[in-house]
Amino acid sequence: MKILKLFFIIFFIFSFNHLGANTDDMKIKITKNLRCLICQGQSVYDSDSEFANSMKVLVDKKLNEGFSEKQIYDFFKEKYGEWILYDPELNKNTYILWLLPILIFLIGGAIVIKNFKIRK
Amino acid sequence: MNNKILKITTTAIFIIIFVVFYKALQDTNIYTPKKKSNNEIPLFSANLFYSNKQINSSELFKLDKFYLLNIWSSWCVPCRTEHPLLMDLTKNKKIEIIGLNYKDKKNNAENFLNELGNPYQEIIFDKEGINAIEWGAFGVPESFLINNGIVIKKYIGPLNKELVEEIRLLIK
Repeated sequence: MKILKLFFIIFFIFSFNHLGANTDDMKIKITKNLRCLICQGQSVYDSDSEFANSMKVLVDKKLNEGFSEKQIYDFFKEKYGEWILYDPELNKNTYILWLLPILIFLIGGAIVIKNFKIRK
Repeated sequence: MNNKILKITTTAIFIIIFVVFYKALQDTNIYTPKKKSNNEIPLFSANLFYSNKQINSSELFKLDKFYLLNIWSSWCVPCRTEHPLLMDLTKNKKIEIIGLNYKDKKNNAENFLNELGNPYQEIIFDKEGINAIEWGAFGVPESFLINNGIVIKKYIGPLNKELVEEIRLLIK
């Protein structure tokens, strides 16, 4: 019985630790993808400015309230625009950014294959 | 024929790359915030500075009235320069000024108001700076002109005489 109790205690401690780690990982992931408002070129995670620290607290609060990663990004996007995200979503303003490398890769590949065939 | 296609494709790729880089280099990489306005005020709950009472945004901003939400702090130097202008604006009965005290120590904030006067009808005490983010603020000081629950103008940075005059004209 004692062993069973001990097993349950250890099981609970580990499951709570796991939950905490998940939230922390998510918080780090989100704050790394948010741009610092006043320090150019730094993420919220890297910055120690007053506003970055406030944003960290707010991300934590939203995660505890049960907000998903996307909902948190949407919340910040609504306040500050697409600019706040380091990883921009595919839309009419960013499609060149996403599609150009693929396009160049495909055209380049086609040229290489064609040249290869000619040499053969 | 093949050579011709190759030349055309290579030139086209170079032109595309040139246009993209040229366009990107024309834009400044220093971000200037958009003064987005005509947005509804955020829904939030906050603590009041003096009474510590929790209040909702709807209780604070009533319809059919002009409000100026001013984000300030005792440690913010430009807030000192704009403060006399806010005191002057209190003479206008068409507008109510609501303060949002950002990441401040209560004692310092009280000393600031005792020294320079209190232009605020109510003050939100934003100890962690969360409310300022909910308003989409970029720094301190910042002011939002509100009417009917809509932000009609956003002022980033300290107010000056011209901007206060503009506020007076807008609320006429």
